[in-house]
Amino acid sequence: MSAQDHAAGHGHGHDDHHHHAELSFAQRWLFSTNHKDIGTLYIIFGLIGGICGLIISVLMRMELQSPGMQVFSSGQAWNAAITSHGLLMIFFSVMPVLIGGFGNWFIPLMIGAPDMAFPRLNNISFWLLVPAFALIMAGQFVGSGAGPGWTLYPPLSNATYQSGPALDFVLFALHLAGISSLLGAINFITTIFNMRAPGMTLHKMPLFIWAMLVTAFLLLLSVPVLAGAITMLITDRNFGTAFFEPSGGGDPVLFQHLFWFFGHPEVYIMILPAFGVISHIISTFSRKPVFGYLGMAYAMVAIGVVGFVVWAHHMFISGMDVDTRAYFMAATMIIAVPTGIKIFSWIATMWGGSIEMKTPMLWAVGFIFVFTLGGVTGVVLANAGIDQYVHNTYYVIAHFHYVLSLGAVFGIFAGFYYWIGKMSGRQYPEQLGKLHFWMTFVGVNLTFFPMHFLGLAGMPRRYVDYPDAFAGWNMVASIGAYIGAASMVLFLYVIYRTFTSKERLADNYWGEGATTLEWTQSSPPAFHTYEVLPRIR
Amino acid sequence: MSSDSHGATSITSSGLKQPYHLVDPSPWPIIGAFTGGATLTGIVLAAHYHSWWMLILGLIGTLVVMYGWWRDVLKESSTPGLHSTIVRLGLRYGVIMFIASEVMFFVGFFWAFFHFALYPEHVLGVVNPTWPPPGVLTFDPWGLPFLNTMILLLSGTTVTWAHHGILHNDRKALIQGLTITVVLGLLFTCLQAWEYSLAPFKFFGGGVYPAVFFLATGFHGFHVIIGTIFLAVCLLRATKGHFTAERHFGFEAAAWYWHFVDVVWLFLFICVYWWGAGEIAHH
Repeated sequence: MSAQDHAAGHGHGHDDHHHHAELSFAQRWLFSTNHKDIGTLYIIFGLIGGICGLIISVLMRMELQSPGMQVFSSGQAWNAAITSHGLLMIFFSVMPVLIGGFGNWFIPLMIGAPDMAFPRLNNISFWLLVPAFALIMAGQFVGSGAGPGWTLYPPLSNATYQSGPALDFVLFALHLAGISSLLGAINFITTIFNMRAPGMTLHKMPLFIWAMLVTAFLLLLSVPVLAGAITMLITDRNFGTAFFEPSGGGDPVLFQHLFWFFGHPEVYIMILPAFGVISHIISTFSRKPVFGYLGMAYAMVAIGVVGFVVWAHHMFISGMDVDTRAYFMAATMIIAVPTGIKIFSWIATMWGGSIEMKTPMLWAVGFIFVFTLGGVTGVVLANAGIDQYVHNTYYVIAHFHYVLSLGAVFGIFAGFYYWIGKMSGRQYPEQLGKLHFWMTFVGVNLTFFPMHFLGLAGMPRRYVDYPDAFAGWNMVASIGAYIGAASMVLFLYVIYRTFTSKERLADNYWGEGATTLEWTQSSPPAFHTYEVLPRIR
Repeated sequence: MSSDSHGATSITSSGLKQPYHLVDPSPWPIIGAFTGGATLTGIVLAAHYHSWWMLILGLIGTLVVMYGWWRDVLKESSTPGLHSTIVRLGLRYGVIMFIASEVMFFVGFFWAFFHFALYPEHVLGVVNPTWPPPGVLTFDPWGLPFLNTMILLLSGTTVTWAHHGILHNDRKALIQGLTITVVLGLLFTCLQAWEYSLAPFKFFGGGVYPAVFFLATGFHGFHVIIGTIFLAVCLLRATKGHFTAERHFGFEAAAWYWHFVDVVWLFLFICVYWWGAGEIAHH
């Protein structure tokens, strides 16, 4: 690392420019203060969390494959499984990979900073997820498990209906994951505001950085409200308060407000980083700059801001008065405008471009397809009148899996194939990557598209069994889930092939379409990059 | 390199050595994560199994980590070249963001308060909706709560006195101002504890009013204690001459935090104690 030479004589009291070769295993991976290593830990952790969540979802589809009870011993076992599935996928898979993993790796690399603003804080953000994960698992396995669903609504989540410690473990797991997210958000915001390379004004920041900035603000302002809500739930359950207990003058609907004031920004927290990733990939493989850069950036800001004032569209059947529902319906539909700006700008970016359908681009185009589909059903659900009919049905399940399970996860895979060469210095096998895409695409669409029909036909979510009339599409959905799960096995093989590949990659292996700063660094980048700051003009 | 991507960029070297603080590997984050996890797990074990060892172990471990971690930060701050101007700017961003998140934490509890205080009719089964709920007696806001308000407001001025002491290199004024601030903080906590002991309602099983009252004021009190410790550490550092007129961000962060705690109290006093008062309990 030639940049080390520059360190001498700049007034540093001791050698803080150690090469990683000097670090022991524990120093490098347990006591890390390096954004790339911590990013790698996040990605591995998110992969493990995702596989756990996927195993549960396969069990769920095995159960629902046909009417009757097959896999689960009781309704509560089913409830515990769906609760774990939701929480694992959100807090222990999508967020760690997209925010912790890609955010850690590429925020410093893309803004020309040598590391994150607070490297130690960065490490505790990661490691807090480990005890949190253990507590989620305790919630699954202690007693009869914690089964109020990921939304944790009382009275389902009160001490009567979820007695025993399992749910308390889950609530404290969320506290730990929440602290992790908060510290990460503080770190990201400070890094982005304070450590951009000379010349990189806000309006020259790559769109992934804009996405992470908005995401970090959403986390910063929404997660503490969840912390308050689950604190009240914990004291209701254990210490005799009555926030959500009508017998003591409390109100369960208050929990719904507090939860969704966090929960709605949370869905943008999961999708905005994917927006950022997709913008870069579309631009790179169309060999064109992103269409409407400023519009794309401020569309994300608008989504973030408006995302804070639409929460009660999750509560249309909670007994709110009609004026309130009218407001939340209108405000929700407004979000389709900036979202539309993004979709059409991606298409306009491709328009007239010299498109190369490499694996990351396949995932990105697939993202646009599934996210548009999920977005359109979102506009349908935003109608308070229609929502009264399809609330808590499989139509809702289909909608949010199209935007998250497909949207956010396609963003993860797109980013993985786009950047794995940069992160590891080794390229994925192209044909297998494409096969992985098509298997996943077929599998997830087969799983979730029929759920629209099931929901419109009236199949309620969160039930372990259903009337025979729903059997047909449930069988189709289960077959799709098995294909999706098989594609995950294929993905593990893709990872194996990538890391055993002999080929070494150049700095910018995507060529002239890839213009952001990380492509000026070697693949993999040096342990400490940008010892001398780049300048952007 | 394409010259027209993302707002027309071209990339060259600035020739500037990076001015940031690349921190050495540290054991504190991972230990802190696990002691934090042990603390929260310990609360569940204590609540459900009456087993306290995990909670105690977690708390002790967390305190050790806090001591070790901040000791390292202080060492680094006095090591030339590590806390450069831009690094100190980063610390300011960090503390502002942290306080912003703390504000949102209290928003949750104020939300609960206003949910019940503004719309008591939302609660099922209440024939005659009122706030406070029928039968709940509340504190006289112009007794102890008002005294506490004055104490916190006064402490806001004394911490500014201490700040001016730093800015004018007047260490005596700094130490005097800070000492009085810490004493006022302790006095507030003691008076609040006394007030709790006089409460005309009980926390456990007392219904929604004590739930909102004790959690909102209790978390505020907890933050007062944190702020008092923060200021006390600054006092200790002041006696050792750590602060200069140019560099004293540790003190400023403590002062910001103290003002945040102060403002939360003003909202609590005005909304919960005063506007939200019902029939006053007399002792």
